[in-house]
Amino acid sequence: MPGLEDLYREIILDHYRNPRNRGELECPPAHRYEGFNPLCGDEIVLYLDVRDEKVVDLKIAGQGCSISQSSASMMSSAVKGKTLDEARALLRAFKAMMSIHEARLDAEDRELGANGQGADGEEAPPMGDLEALQGVVKFPVRIKCATLAWNTLAQGLDGANGSAGPS
Amino acid sequence: MAAVDHDRAAQVGAQPLDVKAIRSDFPILDVEVNGRRLVYLDSASSSQKPRQVLDAMTRYYETTHANVHRGVYAIAEEATRQFEEARAKLARLVNARSAREIVFTKNVTEAINLVAHSWGRRNLTAGDAVLLTEMEHHANLVPWLMLAEERGIELRYIRLTADGQLDLSDLDRLVDGVKLVGVTCMSNVLGTINPVAELAEAAHSAGALFLADAAQYVPHLATDIQQLGCDFLGFTGHKMLGPTGIGCLWAREDLLEEMPPFLGGGEMISDVRLDGFLPADVPWKFEAGTPPIAEAIGLGAAVDYLTGLGMDAVRRHEVELTSYALCKLAADHPDLVIYGPADPASRGGVISLALGDIHAHDLSQVLDTAGVCVRAGHHCAKPLMRHLGVTATARASFYVYNDESDVDALSEALAEARKFFG
Repeated sequence: MPGLEDLYREIILDHYRNPRNRGELECPPAHRYEGFNPLCGDEIVLYLDVRDEKVVDLKIAGQGCSISQSSASMMSSAVKGKTLDEARALLRAFKAMMSIHEARLDAEDRELGANGQGADGEEAPPMGDLEALQGVVKFPVRIKCATLAWNTLAQGLDGANGSAGPS
Repeated sequence: MAAVDHDRAAQVGAQPLDVKAIRSDFPILDVEVNGRRLVYLDSASSSQKPRQVLDAMTRYYETTHANVHRGVYAIAEEATRQFEEARAKLARLVNARSAREIVFTKNVTEAINLVAHSWGRRNLTAGDAVLLTEMEHHANLVPWLMLAEERGIELRYIRLTADGQLDLSDLDRLVDGVKLVGVTCMSNVLGTINPVAELAEAAHSAGALFLADAAQYVPHLATDIQQLGCDFLGFTGHKMLGPTGIGCLWAREDLLEEMPPFLGGGEMISDVRLDGFLPADVPWKFEAGTPPIAEAIGLGAAVDYLTGLGMDAVRRHEVELTSYALCKLAADHPDLVIYGPADPASRGGVISLALGDIHAHDLSQVLDTAGVCVRAGHHCAKPLMRHLGVTATARASFYVYNDESDVDALSEALAEARKFFG
Protein backbone atom coordinates (compact mmCIF):
# COMPACT_ATOMS: atom_id res chain seq x y z
CA MET A 1 0.00 0.00 0.00
CA PRO A 2 1.48 3.38 -0.98
CA GLY A 3 2.52 5.51 1.98
CA LEU A 4 1.93 9.20 2.59
CA GLU A 5 5.54 9.97 1.71
CA ASP A 6 4.87 8.72 -1.84
CA LEU A 7 2.23 11.41 -2.17
CA TYR A 8 3.60 14.24 -0.10
CA ARG A 9 7.22 14.42 -1.29
CA GLU A 10 9.28 17.14 0.38
CA ILE A 11 9.47 19.18 -2.83
CA ILE A 12 5.67 19.15 -3.05
CA LEU A 13 5.31 20.45 0.50
CA ASP A 14 7.91 23.09 -0.30
CA HIS A 15 5.93 24.37 -3.30
CA TYR A 16 2.77 24.25 -1.15
CA ARG A 17 4.31 26.31 1.66
CA ASN A 18 6.20 28.65 -0.65
CA PRO A 19 4.18 28.88 -3.85
CA ARG A 20 6.02 30.37 -6.84
CA ASN A 21 4.49 33.01 -9.12
CA ARG A 22 1.63 33.65 -6.73
CA GLY A 23 -0.47 36.74 -7.52
CA GLU A 24 -2.33 38.46 -10.33
CA LEU A 25 -1.50 40.16 -13.62
CA GLU A 26 -3.24 43.11 -15.16
CA CYS A 27 -5.77 42.09 -17.82
CA PRO A 28 -5.13 43.08 -20.55
CA PRO A 29 -2.46 42.54 -21.65
CA ALA A 30 -2.70 39.25 -19.69
CA HIS A 31 -5.69 36.91 -19.91
CA ARG A 32 -7.47 35.35 -16.95
CA TYR A 33 -8.62 31.71 -16.82
CA GLU A 34 -10.47 29.86 -14.08
CA GLY A 35 -10.41 26.17 -13.23
CA PHE A 36 -12.62 24.39 -10.68
CA ASN A 37 -12.54 20.97 -9.13
CA PRO A 38 -16.22 20.35 -8.44
CA LEU A 39 -15.30 17.41 -6.21
CA CYS A 40 -13.62 19.42 -3.48
CA GLY A 41 -14.25 23.04 -4.41
CA ASP A 42 -10.62 23.81 -5.23
CA GLU A 43 -10.14 26.68 -7.63
CA ILE A 44 -7.24 27.97 -9.70
CA VAL A 45 -7.08 31.39 -11.32
CA LEU A 46 -4.41 31.60 -13.97
CA TYR A 47 -3.14 34.88 -15.40
CA LEU A 48 -1.31 34.28 -18.65
CA ASP A 49 0.64 36.87 -20.60
CA VAL A 50 1.55 35.50 -24.01
CA ARG A 51 3.51 37.56 -26.53
CA ASP A 52 5.07 36.41 -29.78
CA GLU A 53 4.12 32.78 -29.13
CA LYS A 54 5.88 32.90 -25.76
CA VAL A 55 4.65 32.76 -22.15
CA VAL A 56 6.22 36.03 -21.01
CA ASP A 57 4.68 35.93 -17.57
CA LEU A 58 2.08 34.04 -15.56
CA LYS A 59 0.62 34.23 -12.06
CA ILE A 60 -1.51 31.88 -10.01
CA ALA A 61 -4.31 32.76 -7.60
CA GLY A 62 -7.05 30.68 -6.00
CA GLN A 63 -7.03 28.12 -3.24
CA GLY A 64 -6.90 24.41 -2.74
CA CYS A 65 -5.17 21.41 -1.24
CA SER A 66 -1.42 20.86 -1.12
CA ILE A 67 -1.45 18.75 -4.28
CA SER A 68 -3.40 21.22 -6.42
CA GLN A 69 -1.47 24.22 -5.13
CA SER A 70 1.98 22.68 -5.44
CA SER A 71 1.16 21.36 -8.91
CA ALA A 72 0.11 24.90 -9.90
CA SER A 73 3.28 26.34 -8.45
CA MET A 74 5.48 23.82 -10.28
CA MET A 75 3.55 24.34 -13.48
CA SER A 76 4.10 28.09 -13.27
CA SER A 77 7.85 27.65 -12.83
CA ALA A 78 8.08 25.11 -15.62
CA VAL A 79 6.05 27.07 -18.16
CA LYS A 80 7.24 30.63 -17.55
CA GLY A 81 9.48 31.82 -20.39
CA LYS A 82 8.64 28.83 -22.61
CA THR A 83 7.23 29.06 -26.12
CA LEU A 84 3.65 27.93 -26.64
CA ASP A 85 4.87 24.76 -28.33
CA GLU A 86 7.20 23.99 -25.45
CA ALA A 87 4.36 24.62 -22.98
CA ARG A 88 2.10 22.28 -24.93
CA ALA A 89 4.79 19.60 -24.92
CA LEU A 90 5.09 19.94 -21.13
CA LEU A 91 1.32 19.73 -20.80
CA ARG A 92 1.29 16.52 -22.84
CA ALA A 93 4.17 15.06 -20.86
CA PHE A 94 2.53 15.91 -17.54
CA LYS A 95 -0.74 14.34 -18.61
CA ALA A 96 1.13 11.27 -19.79
CA MET A 97 2.67 11.01 -16.34
CA MET A 98 -0.84 11.15 -14.84
CA SER A 99 -1.94 8.90 -17.68
CA ILE A 100 -4.31 6.37 -16.16
CA HIS A 101 -7.62 8.11 -16.55
CA GLU A 102 -6.58 10.85 -18.95
CA ALA A 103 -8.09 9.22 -22.04
CA ARG A 104 -7.65 12.54 -23.84
CA LEU A 105 -4.19 11.35 -24.61
CA ASP A 106 -5.87 9.86 -27.60
CA ALA A 107 -5.12 6.89 -29.79
CA GLU A 108 -3.09 9.08 -32.10
CA ASP A 109 -0.70 9.95 -29.28
CA ARG A 110 -0.35 6.35 -28.26
CA GLU A 111 0.45 5.10 -31.73
CA LEU A 112 3.04 7.74 -32.38
CA GLY A 113 4.53 8.22 -28.98
CA ALA A 114 4.37 5.01 -27.04
CA ASN A 115 7.94 5.30 -25.75
CA GLY A 116 7.74 8.41 -23.61
CA GLN A 117 7.69 10.59 -26.69
CA GLY A 118 5.11 13.24 -27.49
CA ALA A 119 2.52 13.10 -30.22
CA ASP A 120 4.86 14.49 -32.82
CA GLY A 121 7.55 12.02 -31.96
CA GLU A 122 9.58 14.70 -30.19
CA GLU A 123 11.59 13.89 -27.09
CA ALA A 124 9.58 14.28 -23.89
CA PRO A 125 10.76 17.50 -22.20
CA PRO A 126 12.66 17.22 -18.91
CA MET A 127 10.15 17.30 -16.05
CA GLY A 128 12.38 18.58 -13.24
CA ASP A 129 10.46 19.15 -9.98
CA LEU A 130 7.30 17.90 -11.65
CA GLU A 131 8.60 14.34 -11.36
CA ALA A 132 7.74 14.57 -7.67
CA LEU A 133 4.06 14.45 -8.60
CA GLN A 134 4.50 10.98 -10.10
CA GLY A 135 3.41 9.49 -6.74
CA VAL A 136 -0.05 11.01 -7.13
CA VAL A 137 -0.84 8.30 -9.67
CA LYS A 138 -0.99 5.82 -6.78
CA PHE A 139 -3.83 7.88 -5.27
CA PRO A 140 -6.37 8.01 -8.11
CA VAL A 141 -8.75 10.38 -6.28
CA ARG A 142 -6.00 13.00 -6.13
CA ILE A 143 -5.14 12.99 -9.84
CA LYS A 144 -7.80 15.63 -10.41
CA CYS A 145 -6.08 17.81 -7.81
CA ALA A 146 -2.76 17.51 -9.64
CA THR A 147 -4.20 18.17 -13.09
CA LEU A 148 -6.40 21.17 -12.15
CA ALA A 149 -3.76 23.80 -12.88
CA TRP A 150 -2.73 22.04 -16.07
CA ASN A 151 -6.28 21.83 -17.39
CA THR A 152 -6.58 25.55 -16.69
CA LEU A 153 -3.31 26.09 -18.58
CA ALA A 154 -4.76 24.10 -21.48
CA GLN A 155 -7.63 26.59 -21.66
CA GLY A 156 -5.11 29.41 -21.71
CA LEU A 157 -2.99 27.83 -24.43
CA ASP A 158 -6.11 27.23 -26.52
CA GLY A 159 -7.04 30.88 -26.00
CA ALA A 160 -3.57 32.03 -27.01
CA ASN A 161 -3.81 29.80 -30.03
CA GLY A 162 -7.07 31.47 -31.04
CA SER A 163 -5.58 34.96 -30.86
CA ALA A 164 -2.39 33.93 -32.59
CA GLY A 165 -4.13 33.51 -35.92
CA PRO A 166 -3.86 30.53 -38.22
CA SER A 167 -1.29 27.97 -37.11
CA MET B 1 -40.77 22.19 18.87
CA ALA B 2 -40.39 18.63 17.68
CA ALA B 3 -36.66 18.34 18.21
CA VAL B 4 -36.98 19.36 21.83
CA ASP B 5 -39.72 16.81 22.43
CA HIS B 6 -37.58 14.09 20.92
CA ASP B 7 -34.66 14.98 23.10
CA ARG B 8 -36.79 14.85 26.21
CA ALA B 9 -38.03 11.42 25.20
CA ALA B 10 -34.47 10.33 24.58
CA GLN B 11 -33.32 11.52 27.99
CA VAL B 12 -36.00 9.81 30.04
CA GLY B 13 -37.14 6.74 28.14
CA ALA B 14 -34.46 5.19 26.01
CA GLN B 15 -32.05 2.44 26.99
CA PRO B 16 -28.40 2.84 25.99
CA LEU B 17 -27.49 1.07 22.74
CA ASP B 18 -25.41 -2.09 22.95
CA VAL B 19 -22.86 -0.89 20.41
CA LYS B 20 -20.74 -4.04 20.65
CA ALA B 21 -23.70 -6.20 19.64
CA ILE B 22 -24.68 -3.74 16.92
CA ARG B 23 -21.16 -3.73 15.47
CA SER B 24 -21.26 -7.52 15.10
CA ASP B 25 -24.24 -7.09 12.73
CA PHE B 26 -22.16 -5.04 10.26
CA PRO B 27 -19.81 -7.30 8.24
CA ILE B 28 -17.90 -4.33 6.77
CA LEU B 29 -16.68 -3.28 10.20
CA ASP B 30 -14.45 -6.37 10.21
CA VAL B 31 -12.62 -5.12 7.12
CA GLU B 32 -9.13 -3.75 7.59
CA VAL B 33 -8.01 -0.63 5.74
CA ASN B 34 -4.29 0.01 5.34
CA GLY B 35 -3.70 -2.64 8.01
CA ARG B 36 -5.88 -0.73 10.50
CA ARG B 37 -9.39 -1.42 11.73
CA LEU B 38 -12.03 0.50 9.77
CA VAL B 39 -13.15 3.61 11.64
CA TYR B 40 -16.17 4.62 9.63
CA LEU B 41 -17.16 8.22 10.32
CA ASP B 42 -18.99 9.09 7.11
CA SER B 43 -22.54 7.90 7.74
CA ALA B 44 -23.99 11.32 6.90
CA SER B 45 -22.79 10.59 3.40
CA SER B 46 -23.90 6.96 3.38
CA SER B 47 -24.38 4.52 6.24
CA GLN B 48 -23.15 0.93 6.39
CA LYS B 49 -25.62 -1.99 6.15
CA PRO B 50 -26.34 -4.65 8.75
CA ARG B 51 -26.44 -8.33 7.81
CA GLN B 52 -30.22 -8.30 8.33
CA VAL B 53 -30.63 -5.88 5.38
CA LEU B 54 -28.20 -7.74 3.14
CA ASP B 55 -29.89 -11.05 3.98
CA ALA B 56 -33.38 -9.70 3.24
CA MET B 57 -32.26 -8.64 -0.24
CA THR B 58 -30.44 -11.89 -0.95
CA ARG B 59 -33.38 -13.96 0.34
CA TYR B 60 -35.72 -12.05 -1.95
CA TYR B 61 -33.53 -12.70 -5.01
CA GLU B 62 -33.01 -16.34 -4.07
CA THR B 63 -36.61 -17.21 -3.31
CA THR B 64 -39.17 -14.87 -4.78
CA HIS B 65 -37.83 -12.46 -7.39
CA ALA B 66 -40.35 -11.50 -10.06
CA ASN B 67 -41.64 -8.19 -11.30
CA VAL B 68 -44.19 -6.49 -9.07
CA HIS B 69 -47.82 -5.60 -9.85
CA ARG B 70 -47.84 -7.81 -12.95
CA GLY B 71 -47.61 -11.60 -12.81
CA VAL B 72 -50.47 -13.76 -11.63
CA TYR B 73 -48.31 -16.45 -10.12
CA ALA B 74 -47.15 -17.18 -6.62
CA ILE B 75 -43.67 -15.65 -6.55
CA ALA B 76 -44.83 -12.49 -8.35
CA GLU B 77 -47.59 -12.07 -5.81
CA GLU B 78 -45.11 -12.62 -2.99
CA ALA B 79 -42.69 -10.06 -4.52
CA THR B 80 -45.53 -7.54 -4.72
CA ARG B 81 -46.57 -8.28 -1.16
CA GLN B 82 -43.04 -7.73 0.17
CA PHE B 83 -42.59 -4.57 -1.90
CA GLU B 84 -45.85 -3.05 -0.64
CA GLU B 85 -45.09 -4.19 2.90
CA ALA B 86 -41.88 -2.14 2.73
CA ARG B 87 -43.98 0.88 1.74
CA ALA B 88 -46.22 0.31 4.77
CA LYS B 89 -43.17 0.09 7.07
CA LEU B 90 -41.97 3.49 5.85
CA ALA B 91 -45.43 4.92 6.39
CA ARG B 92 -45.49 3.66 9.99
CA LEU B 93 -41.93 4.93 10.62
CA VAL B 94 -42.92 8.55 9.94
CA ASN B 95 -46.52 8.20 11.20
CA ALA B 96 -48.11 8.75 7.78
CA ARG B 97 -51.90 8.48 7.66
CA SER B 98 -51.69 5.89 4.90
CA ALA B 99 -49.13 3.94 2.86
CA ARG B 100 -50.61 5.69 -0.18
CA GLU B 101 -48.73 8.80 0.95
CA ILE B 102 -45.36 7.07 0.37
CA VAL B 103 -43.90 7.41 -3.14
CA PHE B 104 -40.76 5.39 -3.76
CA THR B 105 -38.00 7.45 -5.39
CA LYS B 106 -34.32 6.89 -6.03
CA ASN B 107 -33.28 9.25 -3.20
CA VAL B 108 -34.13 12.64 -1.70
CA THR B 109 -32.76 14.41 -4.76
CA GLU B 110 -35.35 12.65 -6.90
CA ALA B 111 -38.07 13.26 -4.30
CA ILE B 112 -37.50 17.03 -4.39
CA ASN B 113 -37.17 17.04 -8.18
CA LEU B 114 -40.53 15.24 -8.26
CA VAL B 115 -42.11 18.01 -6.21
CA ALA B 116 -40.47 20.80 -8.24
CA HIS B 117 -41.36 19.16 -11.52
CA SER B 118 -44.88 18.00 -10.78
CA TRP B 119 -46.27 20.31 -8.08
CA GLY B 120 -44.00 23.22 -9.05
CA ARG B 121 -44.86 23.29 -12.73
CA ARG B 122 -48.56 22.94 -11.96
CA ASN B 123 -48.67 25.64 -9.29
CA LEU B 124 -45.86 28.15 -9.79
CA THR B 125 -45.71 30.86 -12.43
CA ALA B 126 -43.54 33.93 -13.02
CA GLY B 127 -43.37 36.13 -9.95
CA ASP B 128 -44.36 33.39 -7.45
CA ALA B 129 -41.88 33.00 -4.61
CA VAL B 130 -40.27 29.99 -2.91
CA LEU B 131 -38.45 30.40 0.41
CA LEU B 132 -35.38 28.23 1.06
CA THR B 133 -32.41 28.53 3.42
CA GLU B 134 -28.73 29.22 2.99
CA MET B 135 -27.85 25.87 4.57
CA GLU B 136 -29.67 23.67 2.04
CA HIS B 137 -27.99 20.74 0.32
CA HIS B 138 -27.78 21.23 -3.46
CA ALA B 139 -30.66 18.71 -3.70
CA ASN B 140 -33.00 21.36 -2.27
CA LEU B 141 -31.46 24.25 -4.21
CA VAL B 142 -30.79 23.23 -7.78
CA PRO B 143 -34.30 21.90 -8.64
CA TRP B 144 -35.69 25.30 -7.58
CA LEU B 145 -32.93 27.22 -9.35
CA MET B 146 -33.82 25.26 -12.50
CA LEU B 147 -37.46 26.17 -12.06
CA ALA B 148 -36.52 29.82 -11.44
CA GLU B 149 -34.57 29.83 -14.69
CA GLU B 150 -37.42 28.22 -16.58
CA ARG B 151 -40.39 29.98 -14.98
CA GLY B 152 -39.03 33.21 -13.57
CA ILE B 153 -40.09 32.34 -10.02
CA GLU B 154 -38.47 34.27 -7.19
CA LEU B 155 -36.23 32.47 -4.69
CA ARG B 156 -35.77 33.87 -1.19
CA TYR B 157 -33.39 32.60 1.47
CA ILE B 158 -33.36 32.43 5.25
CA ARG B 159 -29.83 33.43 6.23
CA LEU B 160 -27.73 32.05 9.08
CA THR B 161 -26.61 33.36 12.44
CA ALA B 162 -22.96 33.31 13.46
CA ASP B 163 -23.34 29.97 15.27
CA GLY B 164 -24.94 28.22 12.31
CA GLN B 165 -28.64 28.49 13.19
CA LEU B 166 -31.35 29.82 10.89
CA ASP B 167 -31.81 33.55 11.44
CA LEU B 168 -35.57 33.75 11.96
CA SER B 169 -35.62 37.41 13.03
CA ASP B 170 -36.95 38.43 9.61
CA LEU B 171 -39.14 35.37 9.00
CA ASP B 172 -42.47 37.22 8.83
CA ARG B 173 -41.29 39.42 5.99
CA LEU B 174 -39.52 36.57 4.14
CA VAL B 175 -42.46 34.19 4.27
CA ASP B 176 -45.04 36.79 3.26
CA GLY B 177 -46.57 35.87 -0.09
CA VAL B 178 -44.51 32.72 -0.78
CA LYS B 179 -46.12 29.57 -2.22
CA LEU B 180 -43.68 27.04 -0.75
CA VAL B 181 -41.14 26.93 2.06
CA GLY B 182 -38.41 24.28 1.69
CA VAL B 183 -36.05 23.59 4.60
CA THR B 184 -33.63 20.89 5.64
CA CYS B 185 -34.56 19.31 8.97
CA MET B 186 -30.89 18.94 9.82
CA SER B 187 -27.85 20.48 8.14
CA ASN B 188 -25.55 17.88 6.59
CA VAL B 189 -22.59 20.18 7.26
CA LEU B 190 -23.26 21.86 10.61
CA GLY B 191 -25.52 19.27 12.21
CA THR B 192 -27.95 22.06 13.10
CA ILE B 193 -31.43 20.70 13.84
CA ASN B 194 -33.93 23.23 12.54
CA PRO B 195 -37.24 24.17 14.22
CA VAL B 196 -39.26 22.38 11.55
CA ALA B 197 -42.65 22.51 13.28
CA GLU B 198 -42.31 26.25 13.88
CA LEU B 199 -41.29 26.87 10.27
CA ALA B 200 -44.12 24.70 8.94
CA GLU B 201 -46.57 26.71 11.03
CA ALA B 202 -45.17 29.99 9.69
CA ALA B 203 -45.47 28.65 6.15
CA HIS B 204 -49.08 27.61 6.64
CA SER B 205 -50.00 30.95 8.25
CA ALA B 206 -48.68 32.63 5.10
CA GLY B 207 -50.74 30.27 2.92
CA ALA B 208 -47.68 28.34 1.73
CA LEU B 209 -46.92 24.62 1.66
CA PHE B 210 -43.96 23.22 3.60
CA LEU B 211 -41.36 20.83 2.20
CA ALA B 212 -38.82 19.16 4.51
CA ASP B 213 -35.54 17.62 3.38
CA ALA B 214 -35.25 14.91 6.03
CA ALA B 215 -32.25 13.06 4.58
CA GLN B 216 -30.25 13.64 7.78
CA TYR B 217 -33.23 13.54 10.14
CA VAL B 218 -35.30 10.39 9.62
CA PRO B 219 -32.23 8.11 10.07
CA HIS B 220 -31.41 9.68 13.44
CA LEU B 221 -34.55 10.95 15.20
CA ALA B 222 -38.06 9.66 15.74
CA THR B 223 -40.06 11.38 13.01
CA ASP B 224 -43.77 12.16 13.15
CA ILE B 225 -44.86 14.01 10.03
CA GLN B 226 -48.18 14.91 11.61
CA GLN B 227 -46.44 16.52 14.56
CA LEU B 228 -43.94 18.30 12.29
CA GLY B 229 -46.79 19.59 10.14
CA CYS B 230 -45.09 19.03 6.78
CA ASP B 231 -46.79 18.78 3.39
CA PHE B 232 -43.85 17.13 1.62
CA LEU B 233 -40.95 15.26 3.22
CA GLY B 234 -38.13 13.38 1.52
CA PHE B 235 -35.76 10.81 3.00
CA THR B 236 -33.42 8.20 1.61
CA GLY B 237 -32.61 4.56 2.34
CA HIS B 238 -28.84 4.47 2.11
CA LYS B 239 -28.35 6.92 4.98
CA MET B 240 -30.51 4.78 7.30
CA LEU B 241 -28.86 1.34 7.02
CA GLY B 242 -30.69 0.53 3.77
CA PRO B 243 -29.34 0.06 0.26
CA THR B 244 -28.59 2.78 -2.30
CA GLY B 245 -31.09 3.53 -5.06
CA ILE B 246 -34.19 3.69 -2.88
CA GLY B 247 -35.69 6.63 -1.06
CA CYS B 248 -39.07 8.15 -0.69
CA LEU B 249 -41.24 11.18 -0.93
CA TRP B 250 -43.92 11.35 1.72
CA ALA B 251 -46.66 13.81 0.75
CA ARG B 252 -50.21 14.56 1.84
CA GLU B 253 -52.52 12.32 -0.17
CA ASP B 254 -54.74 15.18 -1.38
CA LEU B 255 -51.66 16.94 -2.79
CA LEU B 256 -50.50 13.77 -4.55
CA GLU B 257 -53.99 13.32 -6.02
CA GLU B 258 -53.87 16.77 -7.62
CA MET B 259 -50.31 16.55 -8.91
CA PRO B 260 -49.63 15.44 -12.48
CA PRO B 261 -47.35 12.41 -13.02
CA PHE B 262 -43.59 12.88 -12.92
CA LEU B 263 -41.94 10.31 -15.23
CA GLY B 264 -44.09 8.52 -17.79
CA GLY B 265 -44.00 4.83 -18.71
CA GLY B 266 -45.11 1.45 -17.50
CA GLU B 267 -46.49 0.91 -14.00
CA MET B 268 -47.76 4.51 -13.67
CA ILE B 269 -50.84 4.16 -15.89
CA SER B 270 -54.30 2.69 -15.64
CA ASP B 271 -54.98 2.92 -19.37
CA VAL B 272 -53.03 3.89 -22.49
CA ARG B 273 -54.51 4.59 -25.91
CA LEU B 274 -52.69 5.85 -28.98
CA ASP B 275 -54.13 9.31 -28.33
CA GLY B 276 -53.74 9.55 -24.59
CA PHE B 277 -53.34 7.87 -21.20
CA LEU B 278 -54.99 7.67 -17.83
CA PRO B 279 -52.58 7.72 -14.88
CA ALA B 280 -52.68 5.09 -12.13
CA ASP B 281 -53.79 5.90 -8.59
CA VAL B 282 -51.42 7.42 -6.08
CA PRO B 283 -48.74 6.57 -5.24
CA TRP B 284 -48.11 4.38 -8.30
CA LYS B 285 -48.73 7.19 -10.78
CA PHE B 286 -45.37 8.61 -9.67
CA GLU B 287 -43.50 5.31 -10.01
CA ALA B 288 -42.88 4.75 -13.72
CA GLY B 289 -41.04 1.61 -14.78
CA THR B 290 -39.92 -1.43 -12.81
CA PRO B 291 -38.96 -0.15 -9.36
CA PRO B 292 -35.91 -1.19 -7.31
CA ILE B 293 -37.74 -4.08 -5.65
CA ALA B 294 -34.92 -5.72 -3.70
CA GLU B 295 -33.82 -2.27 -2.52
CA ALA B 296 -37.30 -1.46 -1.23
CA ILE B 297 -37.38 -4.77 0.64
CA GLY B 298 -33.89 -4.07 2.00
CA LEU B 299 -35.03 -0.65 3.19
CA GLY B 300 -37.99 -2.31 4.90
CA ALA B 301 -35.53 -4.54 6.76
CA ALA B 302 -33.50 -1.44 7.72
CA VAL B 303 -36.65 0.14 9.18
CA ASP B 304 -37.21 -3.06 11.19
CA TYR B 305 -33.63 -2.89 12.46
CA LEU B 306 -33.90 0.76 13.52
CA THR B 307 -37.32 0.24 15.06
CA GLY B 308 -35.87 -2.70 16.99
CA LEU B 309 -33.20 -0.41 18.46
CA GLY B 310 -35.77 2.31 19.07
CA MET B 311 -35.35 5.73 17.44
CA ASP B 312 -35.24 7.44 20.83
CA ALA B 313 -32.36 5.20 21.85
CA VAL B 314 -30.60 6.01 18.56
CA ARG B 315 -30.98 9.74 19.25
CA ARG B 316 -29.79 9.41 22.84
CA HIS B 317 -26.71 7.48 21.71
CA GLU B 318 -25.81 10.13 19.15
CA VAL B 319 -26.29 13.04 21.57
CA GLU B 320 -23.99 11.32 24.06
CA LEU B 321 -21.37 10.46 21.45
CA THR B 322 -21.48 13.97 19.97
CA SER B 323 -21.05 15.47 23.46
CA TYR B 324 -18.05 13.25 24.04
CA ALA B 325 -16.56 14.14 20.63
CA LEU B 326 -17.01 17.90 21.05
CA CYS B 327 -15.26 17.80 24.45
CA LYS B 328 -12.53 15.35 23.47
CA LEU B 329 -11.61 17.04 20.18
CA ALA B 330 -11.58 20.53 21.72
CA ALA B 331 -9.42 19.33 24.62
CA ASP B 332 -6.92 17.47 22.44
CA HIS B 333 -6.72 20.12 19.70
CA PRO B 334 -7.00 23.74 20.86
CA ASP B 335 -6.44 24.93 17.27
CA LEU B 336 -9.32 22.86 15.90
CA VAL B 337 -12.26 24.81 14.45
CA ILE B 338 -15.62 23.03 14.80
CA TYR B 339 -18.48 24.54 12.81
CA GLY B 340 -22.10 24.61 13.90
CA PRO B 341 -23.98 24.81 17.21
CA ALA B 342 -22.03 24.09 20.39
CA ASP B 343 -24.92 22.42 22.25
CA PRO B 344 -25.15 18.67 21.44
CA ALA B 345 -28.90 18.70 22.18
CA SER B 346 -29.56 21.10 19.30
CA ARG B 347 -27.47 19.30 16.73
CA GLY B 348 -27.01 15.92 15.14
CA GLY B 349 -23.94 13.70 15.10
CA VAL B 350 -22.24 15.62 12.30
CA ILE B 351 -19.01 17.46 13.02
CA SER B 352 -17.41 19.65 10.35
CA LEU B 353 -13.93 20.68 11.27
CA ALA B 354 -10.80 22.48 10.17
CA LEU B 355 -7.34 21.92 11.64
CA GLY B 356 -5.08 24.95 11.26
CA ASP B 357 -4.61 25.71 7.59
CA ILE B 358 -4.45 22.05 6.53
CA HIS B 359 -6.75 21.60 3.55
CA ALA B 360 -9.63 19.17 4.12
CA HIS B 361 -8.42 16.92 1.32
CA ASP B 362 -4.95 16.63 2.82
CA LEU B 363 -6.46 16.07 6.25
CA SER B 364 -8.69 13.22 5.11
CA GLN B 365 -5.78 11.68 3.19
CA VAL B 366 -3.76 11.43 6.38
CA LEU B 367 -6.77 10.16 8.35
CA ASP B 368 -7.23 7.45 5.71
CA THR B 369 -3.81 6.00 6.48
CA ALA B 370 -5.10 5.49 10.03
CA GLY B 371 -8.22 3.76 8.70
CA VAL B 372 -10.38 6.76 9.62
CA CYS B 373 -13.00 7.57 6.95
CA VAL B 374 -14.29 11.14 6.93
CA ARG B 375 -15.81 13.18 4.14
CA ALA B 376 -13.75 16.06 2.74
CA GLY B 377 -15.18 18.68 0.45
CA HIS B 378 -18.05 21.11 0.12
CA HIS B 379 -20.67 18.48 1.10
CA CYS B 380 -22.95 19.54 -1.78
CA ALA B 381 -23.67 22.78 0.07
CA LYS B 382 -21.56 25.40 -1.70
CA PRO B 383 -23.64 28.43 -0.64
CA LEU B 384 -23.20 27.36 2.99
CA MET B 385 -19.45 26.90 2.48
CA ARG B 386 -19.28 30.45 1.11
CA HIS B 387 -21.12 31.65 4.22
CA LEU B 388 -18.49 29.90 6.35
CA GLY B 389 -15.74 31.42 4.22
CA VAL B 390 -14.16 28.07 3.33
CA THR B 391 -13.92 25.97 0.17
CA ALA B 392 -13.97 22.66 1.99
CA THR B 393 -14.21 21.10 5.43
CA ALA B 394 -13.51 17.64 6.77
CA ARG B 395 -16.63 16.10 8.28
CA ALA B 396 -16.96 13.26 10.76
CA SER B 397 -20.44 11.83 11.31
CA PHE B 398 -21.75 9.19 13.69
CA TYR B 399 -24.30 6.43 13.67
CA VAL B 400 -25.46 3.49 15.75
CA TYR B 401 -22.26 1.46 15.25
CA ASN B 402 -19.87 4.22 16.37
CA ASP B 403 -18.58 4.61 19.90
CA GLU B 404 -16.00 6.56 21.87
CA SER B 405 -13.11 4.47 20.53
CA ASP B 406 -13.90 5.83 17.05
CA VAL B 407 -13.72 9.40 18.34
CA ASP B 408 -10.40 8.58 20.04
CA ALA B 409 -9.06 7.17 16.77
CA LEU B 410 -10.13 10.36 14.97
CA SER B 411 -8.41 12.52 17.57
CA GLU B 412 -5.15 10.55 17.33
CA ALA B 413 -5.22 10.73 13.53
CA LEU B 414 -5.72 14.51 13.68
CA ALA B 415 -2.58 14.73 15.80
CA GLU B 416 -0.72 12.73 13.14
CA ALA B 417 -1.93 15.13 10.46
CA ARG B 418 -0.71 18.14 12.42
CA LYS B 419 2.70 16.49 12.80
CA PHE B 420 2.87 15.81 9.06
CA PHE B 421 1.85 19.25 7.85
CA GLY B 422 2.89 21.32 10.89
